[in-house]
Amino acid sequence: MVQIKRLQEDGIDTLAVIGEIDASSSIELDLSIAKSVGEGFKKILVDCSSLEYISSAGLGVFMSYIEEFKDKGISMVMFGLNEKVANNFSILGLADLLHICSTKEEAKQLVNELSV
Amino acid sequence: MNYRYNIGCSLNNLKGIREFIRTSLKNYDIPELELSAMVLAIDEMCSNLMIHAHHCNPDHKIELCILEPSEGVLVFEIIDDGNVFDINAFTEPKMDNLIHEKRKGGLGIRLVKSIMDKVEYGSKDGKNVCRLTKIYKKDNE
Repeated sequence: MVQIKRLQEDGIDTLAVIGEIDASSSIELDLSIAKSVGEGFKKILVDCSSLEYISSAGLGVFMSYIEEFKDKGISMVMFGLNEKVANNFSILGLADLLHICSTKEEAKQLVNELSV
Repeated sequence: MNYRYNIGCSLNNLKGIREFIRTSLKNYDIPELELSAMVLAIDEMCSNLMIHAHHCNPDHKIELCILEPSEGVLVFEIIDDGNVFDINAFTEPKMDNLIHEKRKGGLGIRLVKSIMDKVEYGSKDGKNVCRLTKIYKKDNE
């Protein structure tokens, strides 16, 4: 089960992902990102500090937006991944395709730099 | 060791599968990252099977067994009676294509093949058996 909380500040939409994302819950992540995009946000942060697990269904959601973000000039940066979750991104080589930072401060700085 | 778990084909049961594997293997000194990767691979296999062979019908059952044929070797058997979903018959989609086509699927097979040492298919008592083998190093070695 996953819960996604959204918080907007300084033009940045932060999605805090809490819990586990598998094939039964990846739709929630997809809907939240789609909502953020639909509302016109160009800077999206994904707070993964309370993300305990992610399977390919969730990884696939992040991947499916790469092209759309490029087309629409949207930047997304993830932060706070625990070691197990980060490993799942690494196995697929996704860590090189997405922007991943350790802390919120770094992520904020990067998302601002990317959208210049 | 021989652990068994019977599950209905509902994606809501994936969490139970992950917990079953962790509980069964908690005393095996498996490094956390390796254990997490195994949990992930079995989650991927079971969700594929539930979706593609059983259309998420909770009345359809699959069985998961964990065996340790020798020290440092784990075998996960997934037994069902649906259509065989042989991941060896699928070519892994290229990452570039997946990104370009904005596809959300196709990553699971890639994960399973990266994590497990062997994926074999067979049958037993008229049922399909998928055997996934993982060789691991114990934490204290």
